[in-house]
Amino acid sequence: MFYRENGQFKTSYAADQEIFTITQDKWFVWGLIAFAALAVPMLVDEYMFRAILIPFLVLSLAALGVNLLVGYCGQITLGAGAFMAIGAYAAYNFMVRIDGMPLIVAMLLGGVSAAAFGIVFGIPSLRVRGLYLAVATLAAQFLCDWAFLRIGWFTNNSSSGSVSVAKLEVLGWIIDSPVEKYLFCLAFVVLFAFIAKNLTRAAIGRQWMAIRDMDVAAEVIGIRPMFAKLSAFAVSSFFVGVAGALWGFVHLGSWEPAAFSVDRSFQLLFMVIIGGMGSVMGSFFGAAFIVILPIFLNQFLPFLGSLFGVTVSTAGVSHAEFIIFGSLIIFFLIVEPHGLARLWSIAKQKLRLWPFPH
Amino acid sequence: MGFFIETMLGGLMTGMLYALVALGFVLIFKASGVFNFAQGAMVLVAALAMARFSEWSNAALGGDSLFLANVIGIIGAGAVMFLVAWAVERFVLRKLVNQEGATLLMVTLGIAYVLEGLGQTFFGSEIYSINVGMPKDPVIMFEGLIEGGVMINKEDFIAAALAAVLVGGLTLFFQKTAIGRALRAVADDHQAAQSVGIPLNKTWVIVWCVAGLVALVAGIIWGSKMGVQFSLVTVALRALPVVILGGLTSVPGAIVGGLIIGVGEKLSEVYLGPFVGGGIEIWFAYVMALIVLLFRPQGLFGEKIINRV
Amino acid sequence: MNMTDTNSSSTAAASAPGRRQGEVILDLQNISLRFGGVKALTDISFNIREHEVRAIIGPNGAGKSSMLNVINGVYHPQEGRIMFRGEERKKMEPHVAAQQGIARTFQNIALFKGMSVLDNIMTGRNLRMKCNIFQQALWLGPALREEIAHREKVEEIVDFLEIQHIRKTPVGALPYGLQKRVDLGRALAMEPQILLLDEPMAGMNVEEKQDMCRFILDISDQFGTTIVLIEHDMGVVMDISDRVVVLDYGKKIGDGTPHEVRNNQDVINAYLGSGH
Repeated sequence: MFYRENGQFKTSYAADQEIFTITQDKWFVWGLIAFAALAVPMLVDEYMFRAILIPFLVLSLAALGVNLLVGYCGQITLGAGAFMAIGAYAAYNFMVRIDGMPLIVAMLLGGVSAAAFGIVFGIPSLRVRGLYLAVATLAAQFLCDWAFLRIGWFTNNSSSGSVSVAKLEVLGWIIDSPVEKYLFCLAFVVLFAFIAKNLTRAAIGRQWMAIRDMDVAAEVIGIRPMFAKLSAFAVSSFFVGVAGALWGFVHLGSWEPAAFSVDRSFQLLFMVIIGGMGSVMGSFFGAAFIVILPIFLNQFLPFLGSLFGVTVSTAGVSHAEFIIFGSLIIFFLIVEPHGLARLWSIAKQKLRLWPFPH
Repeated sequence: MGFFIETMLGGLMTGMLYALVALGFVLIFKASGVFNFAQGAMVLVAALAMARFSEWSNAALGGDSLFLANVIGIIGAGAVMFLVAWAVERFVLRKLVNQEGATLLMVTLGIAYVLEGLGQTFFGSEIYSINVGMPKDPVIMFEGLIEGGVMINKEDFIAAALAAVLVGGLTLFFQKTAIGRALRAVADDHQAAQSVGIPLNKTWVIVWCVAGLVALVAGIIWGSKMGVQFSLVTVALRALPVVILGGLTSVPGAIVGGLIIGVGEKLSEVYLGPFVGGGIEIWFAYVMALIVLLFRPQGLFGEKIINRV
Repeated sequence: MNMTDTNSSSTAAASAPGRRQGEVILDLQNISLRFGGVKALTDISFNIREHEVRAIIGPNGAGKSSMLNVINGVYHPQEGRIMFRGEERKKMEPHVAAQQGIARTFQNIALFKGMSVLDNIMTGRNLRMKCNIFQQALWLGPALREEIAHREKVEEIVDFLEIQHIRKTPVGALPYGLQKRVDLGRALAMEPQILLLDEPMAGMNVEEKQDMCRFILDISDQFGTTIVLIEHDMGVVMDISDRVVVLDYGKKIGDGTPHEVRNNQDVINAYLGSGH
């Protein structure tokens, strides 16, 4: 009823190439951002921020990065966790080794470091694809796991192996309450989401998608595979690296290499598959789903069990989690490779025509 | 000198075990073009089933006959692997005919998660043991050749021999039997194989069964060596560089790759590890595989990859 | 009759209505291409003149597609020289050929399935887009202006190929004939000097073929693009091409105007079997 686009005529190509070509979409997204920034801080409690909202935001950013590489450029990665780790540890080292290093600059430099390593580990993608590339990215993962555990320099020779950041401060604003941390992450995520959207609708995004869909044809029309693939690795790793810095600095506070293990890499890949490959929006859906599902199952399964007089152990819940994640991956790859994002756009399509079925 | 040879032999034995897991990868890849990330989960499920079935039947038999309990265990675990193969084909592969390799790869990650969850739900998630009467005592060999001789675990020796037999059998199976040829045809081109009358579905069930049995053997050996526990799934990640090194389509490649990685890991850990803080086994294997990948993308023994326009 | 005599063929082609032939733009000399032990092309020489429509014909497996792949750098011949505008071309990658102004379409349509028609054609403008990644990330000023300038160019092609109504459709959802048009549009967006068409009319019905012929002739007339064409439909080839080269089993068996080729005994043998 309200979701109509009649009367919205485009009079210039600029208008036709906006992010939200339907006015209602534009208002919806801006409204959502305003709601997240203004209303959410007043509505939810600390637990909600700590356990759900902050992890959701940071992992969305990481998933967005992975999606640029996997969903848009078609290059598989099983080493996203490693690039989060590089972002986090690099940012940490910039903070502790350089006096007066501003927080945001350090985090961005963390992202840049991750991007540099992304390019290095992306080089195999020029010769191999699919599984072989997965192996190259796994190599990055295991190398990083080891390096951050064993090489003392990276952790500033911390005796326990875990590192922490003392105080988060941006231009005099000290970020210590969950609400402030949440807003800090939100600002990053909104900014990066727009950057991602811009890149994917610009020439570079078309190059990535061309390589993904048909690499020989892409080369024949003049796209340099090396530039396209390595730029995708760099940009993706930059996003993931910044997310890693946020994860370490803001969400965890103090962390060990295990925070960025191969399990994290798989988790990020799953977010992209479930949320929707090749969709910015999908990265958010995927992250929300994977953050919320375990919490939901932890509450729901014992409750369900008690209805039937069965006690469900914590181990039982975690096994159920495995089964559900696995089944969903299979389900989405078979039925809807574009994930939740496609379901969302189908719903919108229906709404456009509602109340008429066709 | 004795120590060096001991290290190397230890590496060879571990390598043989990697080769066993790698063999599972190669089988499925050869026959369906799917790289099966779930091979590790299959090893876990097979080992869990084996351990629990033999434990239960041992208890039911009153602990009289360990041998009988083990036989029941193996049959039970074999049945479980058959069920897995059937379900994978019925509910997953059948719906993904002619999909891209990357999609299939990610699907097997999903299968791995489901198997890990289901396996632990049914069989429990504690540490269990498998006792198939493998001798655990070491023997000293080559005393005449090297001073002090070389110490080897009998268990490792038997495991290696078993793996060698399995490999020989499978090579024959692929090269000489009609089913083997059908499997290779399916791997080459799903549609073409179908059009000459090879039943795709049946072939897939067979090959996943064979891979399941290989996983069972690997599970029994690894399980009796280190106990059956969740960390068995990581065996798949350790065996991954092996197939890259050896070539995804080559059975002998899996063996040679396994041996190279096994020896390389052990030697690097012992001789290089102390200088860089140890724990370099895993990434060393991957870096070795990566280097091979850059120069020979098809691996040492793989078939050359040709891109057509 | 001497089929390889370029003089006789160019004079004959000059009589083709309304079309010019310029200098030799691409000269292939003694090209041989092998895959392992298999000989795909053996000692093939022919040239392509500016502004002409040059057809390559031959039975299946004659090496026609391989020839195109050699021209735009996908395959690298083991022997022979390729002269482009009088200079010898080194071994090169397809994207370098694209920079030199060589575009092509594909036999089994190689469109980017996940992208819309507009985006597919926009990829053809890629070489002409100069904004860096940071400008694109912010989508301001120069990046925006560039995007719009190229969009206008793409819209011209969309108009030319009469595919306005499917602009925003993902190409995967289009019928075959339209996909072929988009494929052509993407190549055209490069504003190429040489356009290689690999069986542009395969699998089309008569009406679609007529449309495609019209587009090809319009491209030749309006933009003066040199066109190299592989086609099985002899009627089409004879109608629209200026000169024809005939391949069989990787060897050249004929070269000349459509008329000359039609009367060449080797060509007739190759097509009808040597019994005739």
